[in-house]
Amino acid sequence: MKGAAIAGIGATEFSKDSGRSELRLAAEAALSALADAGLKPSDVDGMVSFTMDTNSEIALARELGVPELSFFSRVNYGGGAACATVQHAAMAVATGAAEVVLCYRAFNERSGHRFGRVSTAAALTVENSWSYPMGLGTPAGTVAMVARRYMHEYGATSEDFGRVAVTMRAHAATNPRAWFHGRPITLAEHQNSRWITEPLHLLDCCQESDGAVALVVTSTSRARDLPRPPVLVRAAAQGSGPDQYVMASYYREDLAALPEMNLVGRQLWRQSGLEPSDVDVAVLYDHFTPYVLIQLEELGFCGRGEARHFLAEQGIGLDGRLPVNPHGGQLGEAYIHGMNGIAEAVRQVRGDSVNQVNGVRHVLVTAGTGVPTSGLVLGV
Amino acid sequence: MITDEAERIAALGPSPRRPARDAVNPAMINNWTEALGDGNSAYPELAPPAMVQVWTMRGLHPAAEEHDPLAAMSAVLDEAGYTSVVATNCEQTYHRYLRPGEHVSVSSVLDAVVGPKRTALGEGWFVTTRSTWFVGDEPVAEMLFRILKFKPGNKSTASALQPTVSRDTEFFWQGTKLGELRVQRCSACGVVRHPPGPMCPRCNALDPGYVVATGLGEVFSYVVHHHPPVPGRELPYVVALVELSEGVRMLGELVGVPPDEVRVGLPVRVGFRPVGEFVLPVWEAR
Repeated sequence: MKGAAIAGIGATEFSKDSGRSELRLAAEAALSALADAGLKPSDVDGMVSFTMDTNSEIALARELGVPELSFFSRVNYGGGAACATVQHAAMAVATGAAEVVLCYRAFNERSGHRFGRVSTAAALTVENSWSYPMGLGTPAGTVAMVARRYMHEYGATSEDFGRVAVTMRAHAATNPRAWFHGRPITLAEHQNSRWITEPLHLLDCCQESDGAVALVVTSTSRARDLPRPPVLVRAAAQGSGPDQYVMASYYREDLAALPEMNLVGRQLWRQSGLEPSDVDVAVLYDHFTPYVLIQLEELGFCGRGEARHFLAEQGIGLDGRLPVNPHGGQLGEAYIHGMNGIAEAVRQVRGDSVNQVNGVRHVLVTAGTGVPTSGLVLGV
Repeated sequence: MITDEAERIAALGPSPRRPARDAVNPAMINNWTEALGDGNSAYPELAPPAMVQVWTMRGLHPAAEEHDPLAAMSAVLDEAGYTSVVATNCEQTYHRYLRPGEHVSVSSVLDAVVGPKRTALGEGWFVTTRSTWFVGDEPVAEMLFRILKFKPGNKSTASALQPTVSRDTEFFWQGTKLGELRVQRCSACGVVRHPPGPMCPRCNALDPGYVVATGLGEVFSYVVHHHPPVPGRELPYVVALVELSEGVRMLGELVGVPPDEVRVGLPVRVGFRPVGEFVLPVWEAR
């Protein structure tokens, strides 16, 4: 992904009830990202968001006063879109389709439409008719099915999942931007939290949030003229696996796996020329804890089924072998469909995160798991 | 476990006769008939027969009883999560009038515990007791009393989610209505596949057929859903991903097996459950 960089990041506060429209959240985050980049709305000529976002590119352009858009695109499959927004933006910049691209995601996901509930609308697709009417109609439920098989095949336990939640909440505890700032949890609290869908406890599930995040992608050469140090897009990729479904890829050989993330990983390593040991910080999509373990395996940080040992022995805390989600992730900071994780990756490369890891040169970022997904390697 | 406890409590037989706090008396009869607007001039020289329970009310701060079959059975059901109660039947039989000055006592026996039943209020057990009132050793009145102890607030009032059918999938849903579990099979290359689709992913033929599956399989993975509420379903319930002997996997609710007894590898067979206009496959242990 030659020649593209993230030049600015912006966000609203993360809350449970923003009290504002989703369009206003998008506009606030976008303006904040442009200010961070040292650019004006009139510099923007491209936009990328999620198909799930309710704010159209033209609506956001109207609010910001962006006069013309020569590139606008949407990425499908829920949180799997997050890193792909930057990939599409970088491709637009690389081909000359646009010069300054805003990537954004804005929603009142807690005070408005909550993803954690059973969506009757989602149940109405032919594809979902093999799961929703059968009683499997929530994100937690669909992940729990994979988690149970993973536990069966590799001997992982609920405590292993709990270690992810405890670490994310520890990171959030020292991040003033995080909803769970100052509120760490213990493994016992994780174990005692109520069942959502067995084998997932409440504290295996990320929170629901209101908020917005926006990123400004431009060419590396232009980014070098802007006030912030450019954060280079060293690699960017999408991935969809065999017999792929949304959250319910239950019919392929290996259930306890994420082949689509494996595909993303293979592309990222190839494009960047890096390997897992070169990664200083990983921002792994953590809507549900079990998928953090499987991602560590699919991305090559450890062998298949060995993530529980990696967690216990190597560690994913700030002082661990692989610091994961220093901002607290979606379990701790906020659930902005993975976009807040990209913002944290930018801060880690810039060196100005509240939970800064020393000497960061390369940050891996992943997007939604269980769905067609995407990933990035950002670096200096 | 509920059935075992019911048998134990029933086997204890009738409870010891518990005497009324006060004798049958005109003051209580006057209050009662006045409150109910019963101007019958035979009262209060005689007591209204329907007052029989009044005489053995336990008062505002009842002491614990050593053997009260209804209380004992209610405690068992409370423990099992059937915490709500509604009275469903009360049939009283009176052998004669009571007179002021007579002192009654009451004895109860657990008659039947039936369940679990799916009711409009939720899943529950019907508990029936029989009570007899005595004056001395003479039975003067009897009562059959039935309550429903049920799990509260776990039943969504919305109707269950129904599948959306396309031309590619209608054979499946037509099959379940006939009690057939149909698995797509390519007429050209013979590969089986679920969920179905219009084109065979192996040979790209556009000639899908189906086989009627044996409906036998094993649990490949499963979940126990506790939260949030799901339209038309009582919580918790088990959803199992079953690997059928034909080699495909299929989702369905696993019914009739307590959640803590479900295991990966559990042998199951298909069953069929009508939901609205459709019939869903479900799994049952075999």
